[in-house]
Amino acid sequence: MRLPIQPVFLWTDILIDLLVVCTVIFIVYGIRKGHFRAIVRQIGKRPMAVVAFILLLCYLFVGLLDSFHFRLQLPSDQPGKETQEYGPDVLSALDFLVTPLRTHVEKTYSAPLAKVGYTKETVEDKAGVKHRIYPPLLYPGGHILGTDKVGNDVLYLSLKAIRTGLVVGSLTTLMMLPFAVLLGISAGYFKGWVDDLIAYVYTTLSSVPGVLLIAATVLMLQMYMDTHAGDFNSSAERADVRLFFLCLILGATGWIGLCRLLRGETLKISTLEYVEAARALGVGHCQIIFRHILPNVMHIILISAVLDFSGLVLAEAVLSYVGIGVDPSMISWGNMINSARLEMAREPIVWWSLTAAFVMMVGLVLSVNILSDAVRDALDPRLKER
Amino acid sequence: MTDYIIRRLLYAVPILIGINLLTFALFFVVNTPDDMARLHLGVKRVTPEATEKWKKEHGYDKPLLINRLEQGTKKITETIFFNKSVSLFLFQFGHADDGRDIGYDIQQRMGPSLALAIPELLVGLLINITAAMMLAFFRATYIDYWGVIVAVAMMSISALFYIIGGQFLISKLLRLVPISGFDDGTAMVKFLILPVFVGLLFGMGSGTRWYRTLFLEEIGKDYVRTARAKGLSESVVLFRHVLRNSLIPILTGVVVVIPLLFMGSLLTESFFGIPGLGSYTIDAINSQDFGIVRAMVFLGSALYIVGLIFTDIAYAWADPRVRVGKS
Repeated sequence: MRLPIQPVFLWTDILIDLLVVCTVIFIVYGIRKGHFRAIVRQIGKRPMAVVAFILLLCYLFVGLLDSFHFRLQLPSDQPGKETQEYGPDVLSALDFLVTPLRTHVEKTYSAPLAKVGYTKETVEDKAGVKHRIYPPLLYPGGHILGTDKVGNDVLYLSLKAIRTGLVVGSLTTLMMLPFAVLLGISAGYFKGWVDDLIAYVYTTLSSVPGVLLIAATVLMLQMYMDTHAGDFNSSAERADVRLFFLCLILGATGWIGLCRLLRGETLKISTLEYVEAARALGVGHCQIIFRHILPNVMHIILISAVLDFSGLVLAEAVLSYVGIGVDPSMISWGNMINSARLEMAREPIVWWSLTAAFVMMVGLVLSVNILSDAVRDALDPRLKER
Repeated sequence: MTDYIIRRLLYAVPILIGINLLTFALFFVVNTPDDMARLHLGVKRVTPEATEKWKKEHGYDKPLLINRLEQGTKKITETIFFNKSVSLFLFQFGHADDGRDIGYDIQQRMGPSLALAIPELLVGLLINITAAMMLAFFRATYIDYWGVIVAVAMMSISALFYIIGGQFLISKLLRLVPISGFDDGTAMVKFLILPVFVGLLFGMGSGTRWYRTLFLEEIGKDYVRTARAKGLSESVVLFRHVLRNSLIPILTGVVVVIPLLFMGSLLTESFFGIPGLGSYTIDAINSQDFGIVRAMVFLGSALYIVGLIFTDIAYAWADPRVRVGKS
C-alpha cells in the first residue's frame, strides 16, 4: 500500500521544523523555571497585546500549514489499479485545504466580489451578434479580494505570502543567533586579542551598507544559479534555495547589532563578584559562560530577536521590490506589491492586491511590534525601576 | 586631541583593506570573470572567443592575483586584483559596462541625492525631537500612551506604502505636484516636496519613539530630580537639562549618517525618478553592472568609516572623558 501523498522536504521546511522544536523546548523550559511569568503578566495587562498575540498565532498557524509540502498521487487511468506516479506540483497542506481558492482562476483582473470581468470584451451571443460587454466571471462573486493580472485569487496569494514573510523573519534570526551569541559573549569574556579580532570583523562588515552587501551577494548567487541551472529539480526548489540564501545573507548582516550589545553586557557581567567567585573556585570558561553569563543576557537576546523580526518582514518587501529579494516566482508581499504597483495608473484602478498585501503585512508587523513592547517592558530591568 | 584623531584615522586603514578584500572575494572569487562574461552574453551558445573578447573589452582578461607572464612589479600590477580592487583606494572606479566613466557619473549624481537627503534629515530631526519632547512632557498620560501606539503603527507600515500612497493621493488625485521627475534650479522644489514629505512620514514613527526613549532615560536620572527639587518648572527641566544631556546620543547618531547622505535613498529616488546615486545603484543592480555595484559598495563603506571617525571626534569633543581615557 503506497501513501496517497509523497512528502517533500524543502530546505526551509526542515529549518522551520527545527525552529519549532527549539521554540517548544525553550518555552517548556521557560515555563518550568517560571521565566515567562513576567511576560505573561505584562501581556495580560494590555488588551491590545492579547489581541496582537492571538493575531500572531493565526499567522503562525497558516505559516506552519504552508510549510508541510508534498506531492499528490496522480489519479489512476486504469480503474482498480494504483498508479506509482506522483504529480509534478509540490503542494502544501494549506494549498490542499484551500483548493477552491487555488484552482478558481479567472482570465485576468476582477474586483473583489465582482460578478463580471474587469475589462470589456467582445462576446458573440447565440444569434451570432457581437456585443461589447463586461464578460461574466467563471466564478462570479467567488473572489472575496478579487484576482490579480493572471487571474489568481488575491486572498490565496496573501495567505501564501504569510509563509514567506515568517520564514524571512524567523530563519534569519535562527541563523544569526549562534554567531551573535557566541562571538559577542566571547569578545566580552575573553577580552584581549579575541575582542580585537571580533570587533574588527564586525566593524568591517557593518561598514558595508547593508542593502549593497545584500545586493552584491544576491547578484552573485543569482549568477551562480543561472550558470548551474541543472542542479535544481523544480522551480519550487530553486526558489526555496534562494529564499534560504536570502535569510543567510540577511543573517550575516544582522548579527552585528546583537553581537555588540552582548559584548558590552558581558564586559559588565564578567567583572561582577559572582563570576569572579566562580573563577576563584576553578570553574572552567565554558561553564562560566553557559551557567553564569548566558542566563543573564538572555533577556537581551529575546528582546532583540523579537525586535529584528518585524524589521526583517518589512525588509523582505523592499528587497523584493528592488529585485534582490525572494525569487520572482515565489509568492510574497513584496512581489505582490511589485506587480501591482504599475496598475495604479489604470482606470479604474486596481487597488485590491496592493491593499491586501499592505494590510496583511501591517497585521503581522504591528502585532509583533506591540508584543515586543510588552516583552521589553517585562524583561528590561531599567524600565522596571521607573 | 590630535593624537586621538590620528589614532582613529590609522584604525580605519585595516578596516578599509578588509572591505576591499571582502568585495574582491565577493565579486571575483565566488564567480569567475568567465561566468560574468557568459551572463552578459547569454548563457547558451557562447563561444570561447566571444567570452575572451568580452573579458578583454572590459578589462577582465588578466589573472586574478599574480601575473606570471610579466616581469618585476608588473607581476602584481597587471592583475584584476590590482586594476579593479586596489584602484578603488585612489577613487578610480573604472568604466561601467556601457563604457561610461563611473567616477564622473558619481560626481554628477551626488547633487540630486543631497538635495533630497539634507532637507529630509534636518526637518526630520526637528519634527521628531519636537514630537518626542511632547510625549516626554505628557509621559504616563493618555497622550503619551496613544502617541506611542501611533508611532508603533507608523513604523509597522512598509515604506512602499507611504511612497505609493503619497504618489496616488497627492500627485494623482489632488494633482498638487508631479508624480516623478527632476529639474535643476528652483524648479527642483516642486519635484522634491513629495519625496521629502514621504520620507519624513516614514521616519517619524521610529524616530519619535527612539528620541522619546532617550529623553525618558535622562528624566529618570538624579540630576533631574535635583533640578525639580530646586523648584524649576517642568519646561525648564525638559529644555535646559534633559534636552541638553540627550543631545550627546542624538548628535552621535546624526553625525554617523551625514557622510552616507551622499549615497542617496534607493527606494525614494527610484520611485520618484530622481537622478541621484540611489537610483544609479538600483539601475546597476537591475542591469547587473558589477563595476558600478562594486564602486558603490566601496564608496558607501568608505563614507561610513568617515562617519564613524566624525562620530568619535564629536563624541570626544562633547565628552572630555573619552579623549583622555584609554581608547
